[in-house]
Formats: sequence, C-alpha cells, structure tokens
Amino acid sequence: MRSELQFFPEGASSLAGQVDALYLVWAAVSVFFSLLIAALLVFFFIKYKRRTEDEIGLEEREAPLLEIAWSVIPLIICLLMFVWGTRVFFDIYRPPSDAQEYFAVGKQWMWKFQHPEGVREINNLHVPVGQAIKVTMTSEDVIHSLYVPAFRTKQDAVPGRYTTLWFKATKPGTYHLFCAEYCGTEHSRMIGQLIALSPRDYEQWLSGSPAGKTPVASGAQLFQTFACDTCHRDAKDPRPPRAPQLAGLYGRDVTFADGGTAKADDTYLRESILNPAAKLVAGWQPIMPTFQGQVSEEQLAALLAYIKSLQGSAEQAAAGGNAAAADRGTL
Amino acid sequence: MSHAVSTDIHAPSGGTNYLNDGYGLRSWLLTKDHKRIAILYLISVTVFFFIGGIMAMLIRLELLTPEGDLLQADTYNRVFSMHGITMVFFFLIPSIPAILGNFLVPLMIGAKDLAFPRINLLSWYLYIFGGAFTLWAMIHGGVDTGWTFYTPLSTQYAQGQVMMAALGVFIAGFSSILTGLNFIVTIHRMRAPGMTWFRMPLFIWSHYATSLIMLLGTPVIAVTILMVAAERALHLGLFDPRLGGDPVLFQHLFWFYSHPAVYIMVLPAMGVVSELIAAFSRKPVFGYKIVAIASIAIAVLGFLVWGHHMFVSGQSIYASTVFSLLSMLVAIPSAVKVFNWTATLYEGSVSWDTPMLYALGFIGLFTIGGLTGVMIATLGIDVHLHDTYFIVAHFHYVMVGGTIMAYMGGLHYWWPKITGRKYRPFWAKISAMLVFVGFNLTFFPQFLLGYLGMPRRYWSYAPEFQVLNVLSTAGASILAIGYLLPAIYFTWSMRYGEKAEDNPWGAVGLEWQTSSPPPTFNFHETPIVTHDAYDYHHQRPTIAAKGEAALG
Repeated sequence: MRSELQFFPEGASSLAGQVDALYLVWAAVSVFFSLLIAALLVFFFIKYKRRTEDEIGLEEREAPLLEIAWSVIPLIICLLMFVWGTRVFFDIYRPPSDAQEYFAVGKQWMWKFQHPEGVREINNLHVPVGQAIKVTMTSEDVIHSLYVPAFRTKQDAVPGRYTTLWFKATKPGTYHLFCAEYCGTEHSRMIGQLIALSPRDYEQWLSGSPAGKTPVASGAQLFQTFACDTCHRDAKDPRPPRAPQLAGLYGRDVTFADGGTAKADDTYLRESILNPAAKLVAGWQPIMPTFQGQVSEEQLAALLAYIKSLQGSAEQAAAGGNAAAADRGTL
Repeated sequence: MSHAVSTDIHAPSGGTNYLNDGYGLRSWLLTKDHKRIAILYLISVTVFFFIGGIMAMLIRLELLTPEGDLLQADTYNRVFSMHGITMVFFFLIPSIPAILGNFLVPLMIGAKDLAFPRINLLSWYLYIFGGAFTLWAMIHGGVDTGWTFYTPLSTQYAQGQVMMAALGVFIAGFSSILTGLNFIVTIHRMRAPGMTWFRMPLFIWSHYATSLIMLLGTPVIAVTILMVAAERALHLGLFDPRLGGDPVLFQHLFWFYSHPAVYIMVLPAMGVVSELIAAFSRKPVFGYKIVAIASIAIAVLGFLVWGHHMFVSGQSIYASTVFSLLSMLVAIPSAVKVFNWTATLYEGSVSWDTPMLYALGFIGLFTIGGLTGVMIATLGIDVHLHDTYFIVAHFHYVMVGGTIMAYMGGLHYWWPKITGRKYRPFWAKISAMLVFVGFNLTFFPQFLLGYLGMPRRYWSYAPEFQVLNVLSTAGASILAIGYLLPAIYFTWSMRYGEKAEDNPWGAVGLEWQTSSPPPTFNFHETPIVTHDAYDYHHQRPTIAAKGEAALG
C-alpha cells in the first residue's frame, strides 16, 4: 500500500480511462464556470462599490437574449455530458459475453468470493489481467457495495436478489477493495485487496490454492442432497417427471399458470427455489416445498451454476416454455 | 429576551413592539405572534445546530488519523448518524423557513400575521416534541443507521433507539407540513392591497415553492416511517426479503421525500440571497420573473429525480438513464438563478456590508455545489463516486456552503429588524471570512478524497488518505470559530447593542417600512403596494441609509 499524498487515483481497468476522461472534462467545465462566476462577482463587487450613501443602482433592464443564452448553453452542455456519461455507464454495467463468472456474497462484515474453478477466498480476490470478469453477487444480511476504486466501478450487493459487476484488469497490482454501502459497526473494516495477476501467475496461484469443488460439481451434489432429482427428473429417466425438466431451461422464456411469462434468469431461478409457489409453471402442480432458510447463498449459487450447466437438446430448446409439459404428455 | 428592548423611539405609537408586548414565559410559550414564534424557533434551532456541530467536530477529530482511535467504531457510527439526523431534520429543514420565513412572510406581504397563528404555534410544539424524542434516543444509546435509515439495516440489524429517532423525525415532519400549509394559505389570501403575484419579493416566491414541497413531500416520509414500524412490529413483509419484501423499495420511498427535501433546504436560501443581492446592489433582481418561476420549476422537477441516489443499487439501467436526464434538467433553473444574481450586481450600487459578503459566498459555493451535483448526476461518473467523500463534499457545498451561508447572511441582514439592535460589523466581517475560508478548507479536500476512492461513513481508512483528512479537520476548526463568533456577538448585541433604525440598510421592501422591532400587528396601517419589488427608482425617498457604517 502506498502512503504518500495522492491527488488522483491509479486506474487499472479497461474502463478506468473512459471514466477519468469523462470526469476530467466535467471537472474542467466546472472549474471554468466557477471561476467565471467568481471573477464576475469580484469584478462587479469592486467596480460598482457604493460611492455615496444614498446612491442606487441602475433601473431594471431586461435582456431576453441573455436569459436564453444562459439557459440554453448549460442545457446543451448537460445534454452532451448526459449522452457521454450514459454510454460509459452502459459499458460499465453490460458485461461482454466472454466474461468469466465469479460469485460474491457480502455479509456483516466480510466478502466471500468463489472462482469459477471452485477456489474460495475471503475479502481478497485474485483475478487474471486481461480477462473480463463478471461478479454475480448478493448479500446474506444488509445491503453492501463492492467497490474497487482503481477499476472505477461499484455495485450494491442486495439481500434477496442478484446484481452483477464486471471489469477487466489491465495491469497487475494490488488494489483496494471496499464495502461502499454503510452496513453497520465494522463497515470500515469490510475491506480487502483485489490482486490482479498476469495470466501465468494467476494459473500458478490457482494451482497452489486448495481447490474446492467447482460450483457446478457442488451444485450437482446438492441437487441430490436436497432430493431435487426425485421430481426434476432427467430426460432419460423412464419414470414420468413430476416437475419441469431443468435441462436447457436457463435463459429460456417460461409461461406461468397465471398466463404471465418471464425469462429463466438467476433471479427467477433463485425465487423458484426459495418460494416456488410465487411463479408456478403452467401445466404443473404446486407440490414443491419452499427452501427458504434451508439453503445458504453459496449453495444457491452452486445450484444455479449446476442448472445453467444442464444444456438441453436442440428440440427441447426449440419447444419453448411448455417443453416439460409436452414431454409429460408423450410419456 | 424580554428585557432586551424597553422603548423604541422609532415606533410611531407609544413604543410598544412585539418584544415588549407582554413579559414572562407564558407570554412567549403561548404566543400566537409569528414574530415571537420565529424567536422560539431561533433559540431551539440554534441549540440543535450546536448539538449537530459538536457531532461534526467529533467526526473530524476521529478522522485526523487513519486508525480508529478516538472513538469506538459503534460510537463513531452513532455520532455521524446523529449528526445527519439533527442537522437535516432539526436544523436545515426548519432553519430559514421556520425562523426567517416565519418572521418575514407576513411582514413582506403586508399582513398582520400568518393565516393560522395557533397552527403556527402548534408547529413549534411539534418540532420540540420531535426534537425531544430524538434527543431522548440520542441519550439512550443513539442510532447507528445513518440519517438515511436504509433497510434492512435499520429494520433488522441496527442497534440503539431506531424507532424513537424515527418517531422524532415523524413528529417533526408534521411541523413542516403545517408550516408549509400556513405559508401557502397566507401567501394566497393575505397579501396587502396592490401586492400582486409578480410584485412579491423573491423570498416569498421561494417560500411558496418550499411550502409546496413540504406539503406534498413530507407525508411520504411519514408513511415510509410507518411502514418501517409496521414491519418491525407486525412483521409485514415490506422491505425484508425474507418476508417477501424489497429493501430497495425503501430507498425509492425515502428519496422520493429526501431529494425534494434538499430543495426544502436550498430554495429558502435562494430566496434570502435574492433579497440580499437586491438590497446591497440597490437594484431589482435581474430577470425577476424568471428567477421567481425558476423556484417553482425546481420544486416541481425536484420530485422527479429521486432515482439518482440509486444508480448502483441494482435499479434498471434504463430507469437510471431517465433519472440522470431529469437531474440534468433540474440543474438548469439553478444555473439561471446564479447567472441572474451575478448580473444583478452589474451597474448596481454595491455595498460591502456583512450580509453581502455572505450572499457572495453563497453564490460561489452554491455554484460549486451545483456543478459537482451535475457531475454526479452523470451516470458514468457516479458509479465511481457514489458513497464516497465526493458525495459528502458535494452536499456540504450545497447545504453548508449554500443554506447556512444564506441563513447567516439573512440573520445579519434582518437582525436589526428582529431585535431592534445593532451588532458589531467588524466582528461580523471577520466571522464571515472565517466561515468562507474554513468551509473551503474543510470540504474541498473531500472532493479529492472522493475521487481517490475513500468511502463515506468510514471510521478508519487507508493511510494514503490522511493528508487530505488532516486539512479537512483543520478547516473544520476554523469553521467552528466562524460559527461561534456570531453566537457571541449576537447575544452581546441583544443586551448591549445600540438601537437600530427602522431601515438601516436603505432597502425597499415592506418589512423596512415598519419600526424596528415591528409592532405586534406588524403595521399600524395596512400598507398599500404601488410598485414592483426592489423598485429603487420609484421608492428612492425611503432610502436614508448609511449601511453598516451606521451599525457600528
């Protein structure tokens, strides 16, 4: 860690340069207008200093053109900066498709991370330089916020839902990792290090770390432990299924008993495990018990990773929302 | 206070004024006179200001070193929470409207009192009850939720007297609602003959806009606090995800009030500054109508921008886009006001008295606060700056650099009218300078800290942030002296100050046409208004003034 006086932070992600450019241009505009106003005020203050005790100012004059100018010019500047800022924002929050998926859970007062290879870390996160990394996160208790100043990005971790953050580190180094959302007593100690390593060093670090199971493998095991497979049966299982098949489900549109539809994403799957009755798939009975309070955030993440890994056959994917119900009909 | 003024030579009939019209505690605590109620607010709001100020000093002292060493982490969290709660709900929101607004709204429009004098007194009692609950909570353990009470931290995990503090805010909210109601009715119904809408002083326009927000926004925070209570007591699943609620819903409801509340704090300040700039340039405010309408525009647009507090909360990026755009738009009327104030000085007769120094300080600091506000409304920048010291610096520029500068300026301007006494301009100018320098030294380094990435509400921090934090703490001690000085010389002036003239500044405006201090019913004869506000040309004979030279 550096301890000398700094005025501008180090930038170490693919987006840091864009954010800095946006900030510096805005800062320049702000300095310009602040100095302009200050200079005018001081100039008028001195030039028009009251000379006699009963002196009065000039009679009111109207200057519609001036009023229009100083409304429209700031408006144009604001709109241009809005467009630029929104483009940067969309880059910040839309991960590229080749991003590696990491998982994070915030809790009072630590960050728990899991790599796609299964390695787990607390408070520190090692990542390879040059690789886009998407962190899906949630919280076990209050709202936290994952913040890496050197990457110019942050995202709140909200209990009960998933949010995502992505970045691509551009130079190896050790950077601050903070909790930015006030979360109680030890908020200022909910900090760690983001360690960006060259791909080769990262591989070495991974191989030297106690390799846990990959999220998909632990998810597969949990799928049996919680007896999910007794109802959500494999397509090859000769017995009739008692619940929708999960192969190929992720990312597909699902139709519900009440006629609504939704895309089967992380948040939907999470809800369907914790509160299955909330969105019942059309054609099925509400027989699934709730798993609220029985499965930890890490276990949920592993189950989701496993469900995502179950790729359905081409026909299933094409058959759409009621594929599972249709399957039942044929058996 | 009652012994401060015995006889006022300037009072036309018999020397009675609102200060010597009845003595004793009862005549104050049961008064229906808007001017006496303003004094009650002045005393109680000042008490809360110094409580909040002591908290601020504790925060700055703790942050002198990177390690958390002066206070415990829990204590620090309670201190900054109570700093925010007292300063926002018990100082900033009531400061200008309830003190200066209460005193001046009837005087400026030529009315005898507010429309509902008893409700006005009730407002003060509600404020005191709310404040008492909050003080009780503070003494019995405090709260560690921050002034924002975010769920589920506040509902499930926080320690301390969360419900008592929230109840205090809830009760004080009704004080705000009733004051807003009183002002709206008074401004609509009780203007003196000839006081048309576009002859009203801009102070009245900005208080009208503020009252609209108080009336329409405050019930939302009241309902939100009730929802928190319902979840805690009845386990209704509103904000807790385990009960099927949504924690981010709280943020929507909270900011739906609390963002407009920022305008409750700053619109009255803009009104004060319009008065000061006009009086000390002896000129009408440039673009009077535009400045008046800009106040209403800010009040309306202010209700549409709450989502800019939630750009990293996981809200839809498309919603964030809309909120960013609307936040840019709300900046325009504020920018227009700054340009118009500046242009007012042009070819004016500019006095260098203390209130003018504060007014100029306001314009400069509010400009910086506003510009940094548009910066953080820009989506791509806010992701990095959200919840850092940049935000802390930004809103202190608006609220301290803006609202408190204007409040101080207004207090110095109307002090001779309120008390009938003069203060020492030498000390007033010294303190105005100390406030300006101390303020900038306290808060400018925090912009740099924020971009460096120092998160707010940190009790301990990384060592590389220390130098800027030391500067900030040094500035805070200068600022503290700048605020203590007026407390001393104002108190001194109430007892020993020379009697003030009716119109010491040579200003136009109905409040300067009555005696100092004004009689109980403000005017001996209902004034008839024949000119626009700030019309120095046609009202020149009323000016017989020497400015602060006469005060000293």
